[in-house]
Amino acid sequence: MTGRRFAAMSRFNIASLALGFAFLYLPIVILVIYSFNASQLVTVWGGWSLRWYTAFFNDEAMLAAAATSLRVAAVSATLAAVLGTLAALALVRGERFKGRTLFSGMLYAPLVMPEVITGLSLLLLFVALGAERGFWTVTIAHTTLTMCFVAVIVQSRLGSIDRSLEEAAMDLGCGPVKAFVAVTLPLIAPAIAAGWMLAFTLSLDDLVIASFTTGPGSATLPIRIYSEVRLGVKPEINAICALIIGAVTLAIVTASLAAKLSSRRGGNAAPM
Amino acid sequence: MSARNIFTRPARLAAIAPYGWMVLFFLVPFGFVLKLSLSQVANAQPPYLPVFDLGAGWQALIAAVSALSLDNFRLLLSDQLYLLAGLRSLTVAATATVLLLLIGYPIAYAMSRLPRHWQPLAMILVIVPFWTSFLIRVYAWINILQHDGLLNQILLTLHIVSEPVVWLSTDTAMYIGMVYSYLPFMILPLYATLSKLDPALLEAAADLGSSPLQSFWRVTLPLSLPGVGAGALLCFIPLVGEFVIPDLLAGSDSLMIGQTLWLEFFTNRDWPVAAATAVMLLAILLLPLVIYDRFQRRQMVRS
Repeated sequence: MTGRRFAAMSRFNIASLALGFAFLYLPIVILVIYSFNASQLVTVWGGWSLRWYTAFFNDEAMLAAAATSLRVAAVSATLAAVLGTLAALALVRGERFKGRTLFSGMLYAPLVMPEVITGLSLLLLFVALGAERGFWTVTIAHTTLTMCFVAVIVQSRLGSIDRSLEEAAMDLGCGPVKAFVAVTLPLIAPAIAAGWMLAFTLSLDDLVIASFTTGPGSATLPIRIYSEVRLGVKPEINAICALIIGAVTLAIVTASLAAKLSSRRGGNAAPM
Repeated sequence: MSARNIFTRPARLAAIAPYGWMVLFFLVPFGFVLKLSLSQVANAQPPYLPVFDLGAGWQALIAAVSALSLDNFRLLLSDQLYLLAGLRSLTVAATATVLLLLIGYPIAYAMSRLPRHWQPLAMILVIVPFWTSFLIRVYAWINILQHDGLLNQILLTLHIVSEPVVWLSTDTAMYIGMVYSYLPFMILPLYATLSKLDPALLEAAADLGSSPLQSFWRVTLPLSLPGVGAGALLCFIPLVGEFVIPDLLAGSDSLMIGQTLWLEFFTNRDWPVAAATAVMLLAILLLPLVIYDRFQRRQMVRS
């Protein structure tokens, strides 16, 4: 009796999983397939072709935007990885210090803050400081947003690490900083790497904050894509999107393989 | 001095850089938004009158403070456009959050019932779309929903409809885009609470004669409420200020508050009103945060 009940439940469960994952993945798969469409009309299938990929690689404005985006993403993700890790350390190991509530509030708020507010407020700061808008203002803006994500990821990893390992290192004569670098840092490295990757993709992805904080000459890829998409669907955009999806998938597969490898070697990998 | 304390001091030193960064680039900018929301628009570069200039001395400061104006807020409250945008943002975000719950809960539940060794894979499969660009995910739906897009082609071939249905630039398209983009944010917190649920509780309920539906309603659901709260908040708050999805998928006859802010800033170049809109949006968002905080504290007291 109960066995049949659970079988019925799991049929419902299987259906929700199948439908859920189909919903999550079908639109992306369709987009990628259409990027290989030879036809000028996006929705009429004209056979397989790479013409829209060639079109993208000959579109200098798009390529320049892609280069800007990659540079911004690389610099801001690296800054965010350093600052976010320091923030996580302070939160997990710092116990109580003055302004801790404000500190953690400032780190969690940007995670849910509507981007229009973050973008507008940062722009006003840059205007007040008289900073010329361009590469660095976008990079600083993205660092501010993404270091919070890094802090959350590293924090959860740091919290699960056995402190007695560090204490043992110190009993054996290491100073606290050396114990941290020799023992803890390798343990949280996968989480920092995951944080860096998340920061990189978030930066590559951001339209709203970049629109507020960029200046003439440093339009990022999403800004260019957005202005094209507003005018309608274009096959070339499909190709660009497919390229980004391919790069992201490759990065994730590499990262999870690396995590698996390092966990086989005896360490345990971060969940992300 | 215990070993703990030896760690505490370097850890506190570690706070200096990120603390300073966040104060400068997150906290201080809000001051500028607040200040600008109280000043007047001007035909200048940047396009507003400075409210006060600390270099100009005390006298100027007093003059400036007396010149502060609530005109922008008066405008927001008197012009229906802004009130309607605020109201629409709240109803749209609430509707989308309910839809996300209804769709995300069964998926999260099914994930938590998978065999243990399958669960990490399912979690990765939920997270991966979140890593692909937000803009791309919205764009993918434009491909599908446009006039001669895939959906209409399928519906026409199956003779379900006789002529193409208008999907794009409707609220339906917007809700599809919202559910699609925010689904991982709803599933993950739900899954986190559901997977911690002790199966023995359900067995006990079954032993005591409750049907699966009853035990879901009286055991699983109440115990997963913290996840429901976290997921709803994680979706609702950014949805209220959402710009990209309504801009690309919904019609332009009624705007959400994030869109009016964007419009005031980029099209009308009225920075003070844009800033006032941002302050209004923040005020709207404080309410659900306070409610959630209360809710969480009550949970903590109970347990």
